[in-house]
Amino acid sequence: MAQMNMVQALNSAMDIMLGRDPSVVLMGEDIGYFGGVFRTTEGLQRKYGEHRVLDTPIAEGGIVGAAIGMAVNGLRPVAEIQFADYIYPGFDQIVSELARLRYRSAGDFTAPVTIRTPCGGGIRGGQTHSQSPEAMFTHVSGLKVVMPSNPHDAKGLLITAIEDDDPVIFFEPKRLYNGPFDGDPNKPAVPWSTHPKGEVPEGHYTVPLGRADIVRAGAQLSIITYGTMVYVAQAAAAALELDAEIIDLRSLVPLDVDAICSSVKKTGRCVVAHEATRLSGFGAEIAAIVQEECFWHLEAPIQRAAGWDTPYPHAFEWEYFPGQARLAAAIRAAMEPA
Amino acid sequence: MVRSRLHLPRSPARPGEAPDFSYLELSPAGAVARPQVGARVRDIGPLAVELVRVLDDAGDAVGPWNPHLDAAELQIGLRHMLLTRIFDERMQRNQRAGKITFYVRSLGEEAVSVAQCMALSPRDMLFPSYRNQGLQIARGIPLVNLMCQLLSNTRDPCKGRQLPAMYHSAAGHLFSISGNVATQFPQAVGWAMAAAIKGEDHLAASWLGEGSSAEADFHYALLFAAVYQAPVILNVVNNQWAISTFQGYAGGEQRSFAARGPGYGIAGVRVDGNDFLAVHAVTQWAAERARTGGGPTLIELVTYRAAAHSTSDDPSRYRAKDDAEHWPLGDPIERLKRHLIRLGEWSEERHHALSAELDELVAASWREAVAYGTLNDGPKLDTDLMFEDVFKEMPANLQLQRAMMRAEKSSR
Repeated sequence: MAQMNMVQALNSAMDIMLGRDPSVVLMGEDIGYFGGVFRTTEGLQRKYGEHRVLDTPIAEGGIVGAAIGMAVNGLRPVAEIQFADYIYPGFDQIVSELARLRYRSAGDFTAPVTIRTPCGGGIRGGQTHSQSPEAMFTHVSGLKVVMPSNPHDAKGLLITAIEDDDPVIFFEPKRLYNGPFDGDPNKPAVPWSTHPKGEVPEGHYTVPLGRADIVRAGAQLSIITYGTMVYVAQAAAAALELDAEIIDLRSLVPLDVDAICSSVKKTGRCVVAHEATRLSGFGAEIAAIVQEECFWHLEAPIQRAAGWDTPYPHAFEWEYFPGQARLAAAIRAAMEPA
Repeated sequence: MVRSRLHLPRSPARPGEAPDFSYLELSPAGAVARPQVGARVRDIGPLAVELVRVLDDAGDAVGPWNPHLDAAELQIGLRHMLLTRIFDERMQRNQRAGKITFYVRSLGEEAVSVAQCMALSPRDMLFPSYRNQGLQIARGIPLVNLMCQLLSNTRDPCKGRQLPAMYHSAAGHLFSISGNVATQFPQAVGWAMAAAIKGEDHLAASWLGEGSSAEADFHYALLFAAVYQAPVILNVVNNQWAISTFQGYAGGEQRSFAARGPGYGIAGVRVDGNDFLAVHAVTQWAAERARTGGGPTLIELVTYRAAAHSTSDDPSRYRAKDDAEHWPLGDPIERLKRHLIRLGEWSEERHHALSAELDELVAASWREAVAYGTLNDGPKLDTDLMFEDVFKEMPANLQLQRAMMRAEKSSR
């Protein structure tokens, strides 16, 4: 075991896969010589060569399109989109091509591409460096969508994603790169070295897609969440002194429906939390599933805590971010009527 | 290590190596012919690969592109460039001191924005990138307005919604800057198409970095501009670096960026971006061409990003430390200053006095701007503003969320 932050854990995953599988290549803006703007690919070009860790032009559509072509020709590309906010020029290639290639060619052509991209706010990034667009991708048939919340899962999930024969969109909550964050920006930063999920095996291991992590078992309430909100949810439930069960989904497609439903059937109360905007967010899907599967077990309406339905404003970062107060309001509503 | 047949563009100098600009193809000052404004694209191909220069090494203006600006005009240009630089330095320091969250300098590229803005008409519509603060300054946007935007304070024209340096000014005909690169290029073409549809003489101009020219938006812009012969000036600011990535990765190794113009049927001009007179002259040429029905021009401004990409960047990790000092095209402010001194229209004393005056202007503007609040101190923007302008009329879900946000604030 080693202590790693999330950046180091992701780096380790790519290092291992470059070493194990000669078909793995990395590509993206500033990822090669420089090692990425978040340092996630640091040292990998030096170690594996410029033809396996490729700097690319600033052209997300080109990056995804080329990754598809490379994958069709036997490589296993891991493409970085520098910020999730910059993924849209690649959207057509992802939605119309990457997601559907297997389907439209009856399995004769496939593109095992992993697209890594930092997402989420809390870093004063304004509307172009803070978005959480995961629901736009879960809505597309043929894409797997992953979002880890800690270094251990990040490494295991990224290895799984790279080894997966289907395309995976891998979101990295950048506010969690250096440590867990409970939503209070005035508290001193906590490093991963003090957190059990900062303990990361040095070698190869996988965390399966579609299996949620029960971060905390509890009896009174289920909080279904992922990414940055895992820690906000824990802090909010603790502050209310509730015995909450907190579920970190880790992957949205495939989704661990069993973990969600067995929890809600046990507690009878459900809050869904994500940083992305509320309207048509992934929380709506979870709420629908819970309603379909657990309706007769519910003791109160399902509540959602999410980002507001506005662009991410620079000046109002902490009024926008779904912090503990927003979670607490949702939790209180889910706890009524007693 | 296995080698592959894949070609990988080489950066000329990485940290620890000597700066090397031998790749740069230069033309002597005054050497490039100046075609008629109405010349056909097919007849002016060399303009896209040669380098239009007016100021020679001695500081004299030579050759057919000399715009023959009077001394007063040159002094204004010098003032705008110097103000841009002093403003940048001061805002960089304010970012380092935690007063603003982020900043982008234009060090070494001041002639691009200032000379181009001065060569255009005040009513022409500008679609800047985030490194064109010289356009804002040359258009006369008060420094206090710019600073309030940087501070996201109560006088911020963006009402706190944009990252620092993403200015706009409807009155100044300066379009809202996007943090996503190259998006403004086709928009500028569309604006110009509308001007043509409406029978107006105004033109549009837009700027992006050579790195951003890799985006599809760049190519859409050139195609639409060519198809409709839109009155637009499309500028590629080739400052050699896109964060850590050298211009070879944007396709600059094999052919100039200006040469993409003729490929689409658009006039392409490659110009010394640190030569105030040359930049002014080619912009004036392109503007006249656009206004007289000659259609679009793609201008490549060859310059050097002397500072970091932004305050989040550290170029010592990826390029030779003293690269900028060896840049063969020098510093735009120094070059125009030398020219004015040779004309007998400037002196070191006047320069020093101007510098002190502008220092004080920036300092006084900052004192005023911070009085309207910073992110940490003073008056604050009303947080309700977060929910406005998503739509013209606030829908019910946002009204509800605004109420929830107010309750959240009072619960904290």
